[in-house]
Amino acid sequence: MDRVNTLPVVDWDLAAVSVRELNQFLHDLPGSEREATGEWPTIRVHNPAGQHSIAVGLQVPVQVEVLGDGGYFLAGMNQHALVTVHGNVGWSVAENIMSGRVHVKGCASECAGASGQGGLIVIEKDTSSRCGISMKGCDIVVGGSVGHMSAFMAQAGTLVVCGDAAAGLGDSLYEATIYVQGLIHGLGADAREEPMTSADCERVATLLSRAGLPGDPKQFKRIASARSLYHWHADAANEY
Amino acid sequence: MLEESYSFNRTVMDYIHHAAEHGLYEIRGLGAKRALPTFDDLVFLTASASRYPLEGYREKCQTKTLLGTRYAKKPIELEIPITIAGMSFGALSANVKEALGQAATAMGTSTTTGDGGMTPEERHSSKTLVYQCLPSRYGFNPDDLRKANAIELVIGQGAKPGGGGMLLGQKISPRVAAMRTLPAGIDQRSACRHPDWTGPDDLAIKLRELREITDWQLPIYIKMGATRVREDVKLAVKAGADVVVIDGMQGGTAATQQTFIEHAGIPTLAALPLAVEALDEMNVLGEVQLIISGGIRSGADVAKALALGANAVAIGQGVLMALGCNSATYVQHGSRVDATDDYARLETAPGYCHHCHTGRCPVGITTQLPELEARLDPAWGAQRLKNYLQVLTMELTTLARACGKSNVHHLEREDLVALTIEAAAMAKVPLAGTNWIPGLAGNE
Repeated sequence: MDRVNTLPVVDWDLAAVSVRELNQFLHDLPGSEREATGEWPTIRVHNPAGQHSIAVGLQVPVQVEVLGDGGYFLAGMNQHALVTVHGNVGWSVAENIMSGRVHVKGCASECAGASGQGGLIVIEKDTSSRCGISMKGCDIVVGGSVGHMSAFMAQAGTLVVCGDAAAGLGDSLYEATIYVQGLIHGLGADAREEPMTSADCERVATLLSRAGLPGDPKQFKRIASARSLYHWHADAANEY
Repeated sequence: MLEESYSFNRTVMDYIHHAAEHGLYEIRGLGAKRALPTFDDLVFLTASASRYPLEGYREKCQTKTLLGTRYAKKPIELEIPITIAGMSFGALSANVKEALGQAATAMGTSTTTGDGGMTPEERHSSKTLVYQCLPSRYGFNPDDLRKANAIELVIGQGAKPGGGGMLLGQKISPRVAAMRTLPAGIDQRSACRHPDWTGPDDLAIKLRELREITDWQLPIYIKMGATRVREDVKLAVKAGADVVVIDGMQGGTAATQQTFIEHAGIPTLAALPLAVEALDEMNVLGEVQLIISGGIRSGADVAKALALGANAVAIGQGVLMALGCNSATYVQHGSRVDATDDYARLETAPGYCHHCHTGRCPVGITTQLPELEARLDPAWGAQRLKNYLQVLTMELTTLARACGKSNVHHLEREDLVALTIEAAAMAKVPLAGTNWIPGLAGNE
């Protein structure tokens, strides 16, 4: 669920209270029965000031609006919650995300969505290197460009890049799929370009729509694994 | 006269011939097989006229062990200072993981997950379960994190410090594949670097994230292979670890390159004093607990490790051997069944096997094949392991009492001497019959 009706807004000012207090409040919110109703509380976080681990480990349907820049691990291991950052984020935003949605209006530093298993991550501008590293089923949509070695060892899920991709894209890919609209400055080991099918175009269109970002699915290139590294030594697989 | 070369002996020649024939390096399981300084090179100076012993069968000797007291709201209290090291479901069968949990629970100690996540069997059977956070993050999720009793962030292990895990395709069963989000049957090579942080400054931030997610309830261990121990322990302490786990080069693995197993890291005996010194220099002895692992086999090993300053040990290979690893037989329906033909098919024999990587374990321990897995009944395995842990504990307390200690944690360096110059230098205890500690300034 990407959009919800919300209950009254609660404001938290991280200039006055600690990240620990905020996270404990978020963790103590009642359970997930509200998910179906769409009536989710909204928590507005003021003055994040690049602090680390803001809104990590959320487990319930809640809408968190971070009004500024976040540090490392913002919304790490997110479950169910919708977290929006009106600014930039540091390393490993939404690492190991399981479900829900994390939306960054600005740029993200390295390792955005690392090891994410589900849910949707949207970065409206650029991300640094290793975006989607080891991702395991989440979807990531980047409005700008991604740094080198993005989707490194990505196992499952989808990375959509509306801008360019730096060198080493998709190195050691497993079953994740990458779509890039702009230039690709070099593929990593075992990554290859494959023809875009109508199903691919539909997938890209759906994700762009969910992310609220523009783009022409027909302009995207599909990158997937050549699967030549799936076995240690393909010429002598029975020798060990 | 036949004269064998020392440098190019038959073992070396076999290695070269194999490399030339196959173009592959050897991958295998278990740990280092070369001769290394071990705890056997130390002996206790038990009580005599100058020290007063406790009665071996009458007077109590405490074994309770507290871990994770630095920051965690819920430290772990164990009945014994002997824990089960992290070993994955995938490397081991689900039956084995269940047996480990049952035995650990019966003995009041902890067991540990591994690369591949937490199985319901091990969570159910383990009263105290340590949940590993590894570079691969296979099967890692916040729900299981919250179910854990402690978190072990793994930077490396003794069998392959600086390398990632490996699980060959034969062992990637559909269940293992699903837990790891990988295609079944592929050779799985885990990352050696964590995906979301790099370097010690990031590590501190990562630890705080894990603490935030678990509301500062759970102790966090940091596990490292023994290489630059002094520096690494200090960085782990600075990053905020509650417990530091150092795994010496005799530590085991389910599969890695032979060259890693035999040629990387330092012996456990050498690593332990370095770790203790690092904690001392950081002024956190007693505040940050130390677990040592890598080739711990007997109660004497445990006692010596504690005397050198460890708070607890972790055991992997010894645990598997208690379950029957390298035994000539396995038990089915109460009867012993000969497995030597199965060893032969692996071109090995009981007592020599290190073929965990093949997934064709003759005694049903390191396998995912149902017909082999059925060779180890969890209840039978748990009883064997409980017996082994019980023996280790009895040996430990026997030695402690003989040293006059009413608590195994009162064993101290002063209780030990070394039988070899190498061991004296590594353990930093005197060579037996002398006051000489090689390498100690002012003691030359």
